[in-house]
Amino acid sequence: MSTRRSRSRQAGAGRITDEQIDDLMSKLQAILPEARLGRNDRVSAAKVLQEACGYIRSLHREMDDLSERLSELLSTTEMSSAQAAVVRSLLM
Amino acid sequence: MVALRFLRALSLVRCSGPGARSPSYRARGIRRAAYACMAASAGPRRAWSRALLRKIRRRPGRGLRRPRAVIRRRRPVGGGDPLEVALRRLVPGGGCMEYCRLLEEAADYVKCLAMQVRLMQTIVDSASHVNSID
Repeated sequence: MSTRRSRSRQAGAGRITDEQIDDLMSKLQAILPEARLGRNDRVSAAKVLQEACGYIRSLHREMDDLSERLSELLSTTEMSSAQAAVVRSLLM
Repeated sequence: MVALRFLRALSLVRCSGPGARSPSYRARGIRRAAYACMAASAGPRRAWSRALLRKIRRRPGRGLRRPRAVIRRRRPVGGGDPLEVALRRLVPGGGCMEYCRLLEEAADYVKCLAMQVRLMQTIVDSASHVNSID
């Protein structure tokens, strides 16, 4: 906890309280998948940051992978029928 | 709706001549479209979406290349914590924000990224299903 105060975070609009940071940390923690953080309510800030970075990296990799697969599928599929199938599945 | 925007973008990639381009070129185009649609749907209220759209529109090879050292609007925040530095690098536009703002933007970015990934997975699954029927 003491390391937080040594960071230059007070510059800008007023002091930022530890409570505000805790609140934002818990919001970030809520977004991350449970599998990454376990079911503990109290997870350290460092753990949240670490898992957030790991999750973002894995999402970037998934985007790359899915882009490759979509590129292959576009070359073999009639897009209009695929689009129709997708719109149907999204509407259901 | 981000889904329709992305489908429209995909159909444009398809129309641009599948025979003439390599699959990896098309894949890069699709990835760029995915990030662009994601950022456009988030709108200008988010710093990450603005930064992402700026980056996409400023593709290398188009016009003069801007020297990297020149004119940042704000000084990048010097990092002490390597985890904070890593997060700043991963979130678009994260280099110059206050810490609180970084956490807010990171949460929104993760949410939108996850949604985009789910959308693309749905499209891949549906298109694969269509392929297997024929």
